[in-house]
Amino acid sequence: MEESPATAPLENPAPVVEMTDISISFPGVKALDAVSFRMFPGEVHSLLGENGAGKSTLIKALTGVYSIDSGVIRLDGRKVTFSGPAQAQAAGISTVYQEVNLLGNLTVAENVMLGREPRRFGGINWRAMRKRSAEILSGLHLNIDPGSLLNSHSLAIQQLVAIARAIDVQAKALILDEPTSSLDTEEVAELFRVIRTLKDSGVAILFVSHFLEQVYEISDRLTVLRNGQLVGEYLTEELLRIDLVQAMIGKELSVLDDLEAQVHSTEKDRAVGAKSRTFVEARRLTRKGAIAPMDLSIDEGEVVGLAGLLGSGRTELARLLGGVDRADSGQVSVHGEPVKLRTPRQAIKHRIAYSSENRRSEGVVDELSVRDNIILALQADRGWLRPIPRKRQDELAASYIEALNIKTPNADALVRNLSGGNQQKVLLARWLAIAPRLLILDEPTRGIDIGAKAEIQKLVYGLAENGMSVLFISAELEEVLRLSNRIVVLRDRKKVADLPNDGLSVDALLTLIAEGAPAPSHTIGAES
Amino acid sequence: MTTLSASLTPRRLLDRVVDVFTSPKSGPVLVTAILFLLMYVGGGLRYHGFFAGQVVLNLLIDNAYLIVLAVGMTFVILTGGIDLSVGAVVALSTIIAARLLQLGWSPGVVIVLILIITSLLGLLVGLMIQVFKVQPFIATLAAMFLSRGLCYIIAKESITISNPFFKAMANIRISLGYRLSITPSVVIALVVLVIAVWVLQYTRFGRTTYAIGGGEQSGMLMGLPTARTKVLVYVISGFCSGLAGVLFSFYTLSGYALSAVGTEMDAIAAVVIGGTLLTGGYGFVLGSALGVLVLGLIQTVISFEGTLSSWWTKIFIGALLLVFIILQKVLTSRRT
Repeated sequence: MEESPATAPLENPAPVVEMTDISISFPGVKALDAVSFRMFPGEVHSLLGENGAGKSTLIKALTGVYSIDSGVIRLDGRKVTFSGPAQAQAAGISTVYQEVNLLGNLTVAENVMLGREPRRFGGINWRAMRKRSAEILSGLHLNIDPGSLLNSHSLAIQQLVAIARAIDVQAKALILDEPTSSLDTEEVAELFRVIRTLKDSGVAILFVSHFLEQVYEISDRLTVLRNGQLVGEYLTEELLRIDLVQAMIGKELSVLDDLEAQVHSTEKDRAVGAKSRTFVEARRLTRKGAIAPMDLSIDEGEVVGLAGLLGSGRTELARLLGGVDRADSGQVSVHGEPVKLRTPRQAIKHRIAYSSENRRSEGVVDELSVRDNIILALQADRGWLRPIPRKRQDELAASYIEALNIKTPNADALVRNLSGGNQQKVLLARWLAIAPRLLILDEPTRGIDIGAKAEIQKLVYGLAENGMSVLFISAELEEVLRLSNRIVVLRDRKKVADLPNDGLSVDALLTLIAEGAPAPSHTIGAES
Repeated sequence: MTTLSASLTPRRLLDRVVDVFTSPKSGPVLVTAILFLLMYVGGGLRYHGFFAGQVVLNLLIDNAYLIVLAVGMTFVILTGGIDLSVGAVVALSTIIAARLLQLGWSPGVVIVLILIITSLLGLLVGLMIQVFKVQPFIATLAAMFLSRGLCYIIAKESITISNPFFKAMANIRISLGYRLSITPSVVIALVVLVIAVWVLQYTRFGRTTYAIGGGEQSGMLMGLPTARTKVLVYVISGFCSGLAGVLFSFYTLSGYALSAVGTEMDAIAAVVIGGTLLTGGYGFVLGSALGVLVLGLIQTVISFEGTLSSWWTKIFIGALLLVFIILQKVLTSRRT
C-alpha cells in the first residue's frame, strides 16, 4: 500500500497543479520534507494528516504565504512562484480558509467582489456590484440580499459566500481548508452540493477535513502526510478506511518500544475495574461545535485514554473538564457532588488540572525561570496575598527537577532555553505541585524526543499507582494502549466506545476510530 | 425578500426600523442625528433667537477646522487606529504659517508647504505603525510631542498674522441670502467632507480602510492592499491636520505653540459620537461631521443658558461619550 502511485483519470491526465519535492524548514523543524502533491481538473483531492503533519504548510506553500526552500510548483505545466495569496489568486488558485476570512463589517456583495469590483466614473459601481454578486450567489442557490452585512448571516452562509468569492476569481484550483468544521449536517450537504457543481465545471478542488465520513463522501483522491512527509497518494475507492487511518497515524518507532518495555516490565497487576471510587463523572456534557452529549466517568487511580483523530472531540472534552471552555449543558460531579467547572480556577479548586496540548502558547511561560514556572499554579491557587516563601520555592523546584529529571543548568534558567521534552516536564511539575486528583494530559508527548517521552509515560504510570486519576490524550495509539486502564474512543464528536484495556490491539483500536463499529464488548460500564 | 415594499405591514416596518437602529453600522449615527434634532428643537423652545438659521451656520463657522480634523480622524479610527498628534500638528501649522508670513513669504507657498510637511509627518507615523509595528497610540504620541516641541523651536510667543490674504479669509462672508452667511473655511470644510464621503464609499482605498478595521488579516488574504492603505490613512490624517491648522489660523489670525491643546480629544469625541466604532470597521464620515455639530451645539446651548460655566461643556461631552461607547458595546456584542 505504501508506494502505490494512483493512476490519473483517463479523461484528463494533465494536472492543474503539480507540486514536486517541496521542502520547507522553520527554525528547528522540517515542516515539509520533499512532499509532492497534484490536483486534477474536475476532481476533489483530500489532504489528510494529523496535527503537525504539514497540511496547512503545504497549502500555504501553494498559495504563496510561505516561500519554499526547495522543490517546484507548476500551474498548468508552467513553473510558478507566488509571493503572496493575491498573486496566487490572480493566477487562479483560490483559498477558502477554515475560519471564514471575510469581512463581517462589509456587505455580502463587497465580500464577493472586493478587489475586482465593477467601476463607473472612477468609483465603485455599487448597483452593478450588487447585481453581479446576486448572480454568483444564485448560481450557488444562495438567496440572500447582497446588500446585507455579512455578519448578519450564519457561519455556514458566510462559508458559502467565501466560496462565491473564490469562484468569481475564475479559479482553476480551489482550496477548501476545513470548510465543514463549524457546519451542521444539512449545511455540509449544501456545501457538498456546491462542491459537486464546481467539480463538474472542471475546477480542481483541494479538500481538507478531519471528518473521514465527509472525506469519503466527497473526494476522488487522497493524499496522506505525516510529520512533514508524504505517506502516499491514493484513489479514494481503492483505500480502505482502516488503511487510511493507519497511514495517518503510523507505527511507533521500535526504539521507543524498547525503552518503554521497561515501563511495561515494572507494571504490576493492575486491578482493572476494582472497587475504587469514582472520582469524576460527566453526564450528557455538551458544547455546540465541540462535542455531542457525552457521558464519562473516571475512577480514582485510573488512567483513561482518549483515542480519536484530531477534531474527534478529544481535546474539546478535555477542555470542558479542565474548565477552559464552558459546557452548554450537562453536569459534572466530583465524588458524586455536582460541581461547576466554568474556569480553570474552579477546576483547580476541585483538584482537576488541565495541561494543554499547546505547550508554548497555553503552557509554559517562556520568559520565566524554571522555578517560577513550577510554582505558578500553586501560587495562583494560594492567592497572591500569601506568597510562597523563597525557601519553599527553591525546595519545590529542586525536588521536581530531580524527580522528573528535568535537564536544566539550574532553577533560574529561562524555560525558553529548555528542550521541548524538558519544557513538558516543567509543565507537568507545575500541575503536580498543586497535588491534583485528576490530571488531564493533552498530547504531553508530542514533538519531544524519545527518551523524554518514555520518562513522561513512566511518570504517568507512577502517578496513577499513587491514586491520581489521569485522562491521557495522545495521537499515538501505542502510547494510549500502554498506559491506559480504560480506553474511550471518540469519533466525530461522539463517544463510540468505552472499553477496558485488556488485550486490546492497535488494529482493533484503529478499526474503532475508523469505523466506529460498536463491538459487543463496549457495553461495559452501561450498567448505570 | 420577494415581497414588494407596498406589502410592508406595520409589524414588518417596525422590524426594519429596529434592525436599522440596532445595526452597528447605522445605529449609533441615527441616535446622534436624533439627539442633534432634539437638542436643537429643545434649545429653540427654551431660548429666544435659537431657531435662527445663523445659529446652525455659526456652528459650522466656529468648527470648520474641527470638521476637517474629524474627517482625517475618521479614516484612522475606521482602521482601528488612533491619532493623538492632530492637535499638536494644528498648533505646528498655525505657528509655521504665522512665522513664514511674518518673514514675508507668499500665503500660497506657505499653505502648500504646511500641507506637505504635515502629510510627510503623517507618512512617517504611518510607516512607523505599518513597518515597525509600533502601536498607533505610541507612534502618534511621539508625533504629538515632536510637533508640540517643534512649535517652541519656531516661536515661544504668540505671533499675530497680519497678512492680507489670511485677514481676508477671516473676514469674508459668503452670503446665502436671507441674511445668512458663511466663511470660506466652511466651504473648504464641506468640500473636504464631500471628497471624504466619496473616497470612503466609492473607492477601493476607502473600502480597504473599512476592511482593515473589520479584519486586517482577512483583508490581506482577500488580496486587498492593506499595508499601503494603512500608511495612507495616517498621511490623510496628517494632511487634514495641516489643513485644519490653516483654517484655524484663518479663524484666530495668530500662531501659537499652546493653541489647540486637547483638540485631538475633541476630534476623537466627535468621531465616536458620530457613530464610528473605536475598534474600527463601522462608521461614516458624515456621522463625524454630525458629531462635531453636536459638540458645537452643546457649547451653544451652554452659552445661551448664560449662567453655566463653560466647563459644563466638557462634562456634557464626557457623559455623552460614555453613553455612546456603551451603546457601541451593546450593539456590537448583540451581533456577534
